[in-house]
Amino acid sequence: MLGSGLLSGLAVTAKNLVGSFHDPARLTTVEYPEQQAKLPEAYRNFPFLVSENATDPMGTLRCVACQICEKECPPQCIYIEKSKDKKPDATGKLQLYPAIFDIDTSVCMSCQICVEVCPFEAIKMDQVFAIATTDRFDALLLKREQLAKPNAYYHTIHPTEAAEVDARLATERKAAAEKAAAAAAAKAAAPKPPAPPPAA
Amino acid sequence: MIASDISPLASRLSSGAHTRAVTDPFHGDLLEVSMGPHHPSTHGVFRMQVTLDGETIVKLKPVFGYLHRNHEKLGESTSYLGSMPYTDRLDYLNSMTNNWAYALAVEQLAGQPVPERAEYLRVILAELTRLLNHTCLAGFLLQDCGCSGTPLMYAFREREKILDLFEALSGSRMMCNFQRFGGCRTDASPEWLAAAKQLTDGYGAFLDEYERLITGNEILMARTQGVGALKPDLAISAGITGPMLRATGVDYDLRKVDGYGFYPRFEFRVPLGDHGDTYDRYMIRVLEMRESIKIIQQAFATLPAGPVMDPKAKLRGFRPKPGEAYGRIEGPRGEIGFYLVSDGTPNPYRYRVRPPSFVNLTLLEDLCLGHTVADAVIILGSIDIVLGEVDR
Repeated sequence: MLGSGLLSGLAVTAKNLVGSFHDPARLTTVEYPEQQAKLPEAYRNFPFLVSENATDPMGTLRCVACQICEKECPPQCIYIEKSKDKKPDATGKLQLYPAIFDIDTSVCMSCQICVEVCPFEAIKMDQVFAIATTDRFDALLLKREQLAKPNAYYHTIHPTEAAEVDARLATERKAAAEKAAAAAAAKAAAPKPPAPPPAA
Repeated sequence: MIASDISPLASRLSSGAHTRAVTDPFHGDLLEVSMGPHHPSTHGVFRMQVTLDGETIVKLKPVFGYLHRNHEKLGESTSYLGSMPYTDRLDYLNSMTNNWAYALAVEQLAGQPVPERAEYLRVILAELTRLLNHTCLAGFLLQDCGCSGTPLMYAFREREKILDLFEALSGSRMMCNFQRFGGCRTDASPEWLAAAKQLTDGYGAFLDEYERLITGNEILMARTQGVGALKPDLAISAGITGPMLRATGVDYDLRKVDGYGFYPRFEFRVPLGDHGDTYDRYMIRVLEMRESIKIIQQAFATLPAGPVMDPKAKLRGFRPKPGEAYGRIEGPRGEIGFYLVSDGTPNPYRYRVRPPSFVNLTLLEDLCLGHTVADAVIILGSIDIVLGEVDR
């Protein structure tokens, strides 16, 4: 019958219209910003730097300024300058640190490649998306101080991933400590090497 | 025979089938209209320079390149890994299949094996992408017909559910950047798999609802049947691929022809059209979605455990041996392929994309001649282009 297709279509819309008043499954939107949908754990937008200690974020950055992320970043939005001096890291080993670490978030495309290539678990993806500003140059160029966020914050946004990272770092540090202790013990047990001849 | 098909303009004009006689006293001049680049019906920044005789199109020149961003040259100056997030931005509705095609090309180049679970995940994600893309197309096609709102919103409601799945897995709704050379970036959690399975099982019901809404609609039939009909030999000689080719009745699906990934392990049919018109192109997509649901359900039933990343795969310092490779898959819009030449350095020597929308768009004039401006909008919608991929 001509028009039966039209009528069946109208029946579908009528059913959805009525359903939207009493069926919560049909209410697919939320009233932002009063209500906010829960972000999935994997959600990413811009990178931040992980620091071990919330009270001294600059002193306990995991980043050792190796510049791998700077080289691998496809749109080249990271700028790093190495420090001249060295500071002890979480294990007490002397390491370089970034004297300058800038991320231009107007260039960043949130691809997460910096996170994947970082061998020190020092850079991770943040979830703060409400970052609109009136200044499109300086306000979007994030400095080291704005990027540094404590490890506890990383645990709040990516709990599963952060727990894995912490476990991995703990085993690595334990192995490194044992190796250092064994080396020290071996050094103590070994007879003292003969004193080097005085420089000519 | 094919040559005469390629230039139907001359034959149509000489036969006078769709144009008024020149002796018509009311025959005015031909009118040139520039549709686009900023026109909602052109699905992006695309311009159709049409010459009209009254309301009938006698000439159409597609003008594109407004979104050109040097994708292929950029690929030569970034590392192999660095191009992966850029492939998301080619066809930004289907980033998962773009990632897969590129990963496949690099894996062929480097002889990199992929674990079984990763191949299954790739199939699941590619078919979810197909559902997403075809759902969008069905919504937009009705929007192009002038039915603003209802079907598009129904389609987007379902699309959003798939995007939520992508976001939970990869961290981003559209720019997934998920495939890597030698596997997938992360493994899917059991909760994710359960959610994806639930969505797939419920998708058939949505398709039923959507088909009740519009497939039998008399107005849609009147607007689309016989509009923009494409002949199979012309489609083949122009290199058309994907649903647009299959709507003309040509049985060519890379999932069957190449058997890449684990597709030979799954049972599915390749739906074929008969007339090659706009209505067939719409119906092919609906039927393909039903086949995709079957593939995903089979993949869930047989998903093996194991790693999703080859342990020997290298992320940094990736230098394939000198050589060349062409990786292609059946994307939702057609054959998406990446051609790579390596000279042993970390960057490809040559990087080339074979975009399905760009090739399919080349026949726009042949499809539109003799139809009205309003039909051209529907025909363009049924070709299913994304300008990010056309312009690159």
